[in-house]
Amino acid sequence: MTKTNNRSATQLLIIVSVLIVMFAFFALMKPGFASYINVMTIALSTCVNGLLALGVTFVITTAGIDLSIGTTMTFSCVMSGIAFTSWGFPIGLAIAFGFLVGAACGGTSGFAVAKMKLPPFIATLAMQMMTKGLSLVVSGIKPVYFTAAPNYQKIALGGFLGIDGFYNAFVLFILGIAIAYVLYSRTLLGRYTQAIGSNEESARLSGINTTRWKMLVYMVSGLFSAFAGLIMSSRLGSAQPQLGAGYESEAIAAAVIGGTSMSGGEGSIPGTVIGAFIISVLTNGLRSMAVTTEWQTVVTGMVLAGAVYFDLLRKRGRAN
Amino acid sequence: MKKVLVLALAVMLLLSAAVPAMATAKPLEGGFIPVIPLGVAHQFWQAVKMGAEQAAEEYGVTIVFDGPQEETMVDKQVDILRANLTNENLIAVCMAAIDEQSVLTDLTAVKEKGMPVVGFDAGCGAIADAHCSTSNYAAGELAAQNAIRLLNGEGKIAIVGHSQTVVDAVARVKGFVDYIQANSKIEIVDTQYGDGDHLKSADIAKSMLIANPDIDLIYASNEGACVGAYNGLKEINMIGKVMLIGFDSSAAMKAGVRNGEIAGAITQDPVGMGYKAVATACKLVLGEPVEGEVNENGTIVVDTGCYWYDATNMDEAHIAPLLYD
Repeated sequence: MTKTNNRSATQLLIIVSVLIVMFAFFALMKPGFASYINVMTIALSTCVNGLLALGVTFVITTAGIDLSIGTTMTFSCVMSGIAFTSWGFPIGLAIAFGFLVGAACGGTSGFAVAKMKLPPFIATLAMQMMTKGLSLVVSGIKPVYFTAAPNYQKIALGGFLGIDGFYNAFVLFILGIAIAYVLYSRTLLGRYTQAIGSNEESARLSGINTTRWKMLVYMVSGLFSAFAGLIMSSRLGSAQPQLGAGYESEAIAAAVIGGTSMSGGEGSIPGTVIGAFIISVLTNGLRSMAVTTEWQTVVTGMVLAGAVYFDLLRKRGRAN
Repeated sequence: MKKVLVLALAVMLLLSAAVPAMATAKPLEGGFIPVIPLGVAHQFWQAVKMGAEQAAEEYGVTIVFDGPQEETMVDKQVDILRANLTNENLIAVCMAAIDEQSVLTDLTAVKEKGMPVVGFDAGCGAIADAHCSTSNYAAGELAAQNAIRLLNGEGKIAIVGHSQTVVDAVARVKGFVDYIQANSKIEIVDTQYGDGDHLKSADIAKSMLIANPDIDLIYASNEGACVGAYNGLKEINMIGKVMLIGFDSSAAMKAGVRNGEIAGAITQDPVGMGYKAVATACKLVLGEPVEGEVNENGTIVVDTGCYWYDATNMDEAHIAPLLYD
């Protein structure tokens, strides 16, 4: 146990150092990079991907995958918007409804994986397609605006405790991190998630109801997707039904860079958070140096490959 | 040992990030203008980029042409805008916003600093000082002029539209219909909408022809409608018996126009659009006059123009770069 803790502490230290070096590099290259406004811009753009990554960390830890997190994010906030604008829900209830939708989507994926025994890739790919289509159907392929709720955008963009520019979204993200950390490290859900990922058969044989816990894990992913949807739609003032597909890759990348192993059994919530920041600092830094989107994705891909390579090195080190 | 390897790899990764950056980042000679399109994937935007770069060179400014990977990633587009607003040499912003609401706050801040905001293509809302785009109504009229020419002023026309709600699409049809009705005895027998989907538009073209066998010409209001109608005509062997004119371009359309099965089409001028967007921004910064009508929001509307192309002129120097696959 102690050895694993030491190794994951080292892993965390490494990626924190990479993040700091990266930040320092861009701050030296571009005077405006380390300004308060830009740092808060980075923080704001990390929130959505970060929340998605937190949720998917659980799923990947069970040696599963969730390709539907992006479109579930969209579907939850579209449904929340429809509830508010077309069904007359008060805004608070509409937001809660969005979370319910997210949980339902996650639960459905979980059912497909745990009970119907579909491979997670297929089950969540199917869910991605369904939620993508449903978002378009339900919204009539038009954005759903929250303008009738004048304070809706303040949920994400308001200044926390009145501090100008210190976005509420970032504080909500921190809340999400805290919830994810407690769930992952301090509850039965977290322990069983890791047990199932390490060796599902022995977990089952030692009495863990793997079917039920796997379903719960996908539901957690769905809830975090809905949370991301709340931040996204609050930030934009609207639910955009056409986006979502493609957002899962950055979230999965963040989790993997953070030390969550694709083969299951281990992961780290702090690691996922650092991974998400590495991606957003890299993206923002390259943008501020006028490097276009095409090159940014090339570099992000290389960083991801590097992180997976370290995962392999660590595994080989353990085997020796 | 492993830690050294790790740090070395991290440094190498950072350097590899720096190399492309140094290769593509331009030294700031004068002012900086970010030009942010709806997306970068479609070739239309690459043509806009060409025009924008031409104007940037003429005025001595540095531009960055950057948009999100998909034309739906509203938040990523906002992130791109915000990242570029931190540039210390910023003098203006040119943008085609996916969602106007999402960029309102940031663009308002730009204007409050006294810098002009120029929209292009879809534009960025009423807040823009100027908007450079194709006048779709005028484009519809140009199509109508050519339809009248092809039919010698009389006959029957059917229209395969794309969207009934998008402002651009509606204008393309209205401009066409108004001109036809004011300037000829041509009868427009039917108008239906296929959402720009090839299959749907093909089916629509076929059913309209079966219901009205004496249709002489079909007008299709975008690339999807045109290629769809083209396929539909082929399927019921009506090529050569019914004329087809369309809008925009694609590989399939160009082939059809080249062999005459499509009588011709209207193309927008994306190169001119990019050029005018940057040039207008520079003119506004310099306080020079900008040509165009001022609309009800106080925005100067700059028509970036359109061209008719057919087999006789599609390879000419001023038309060819506007046609993409």
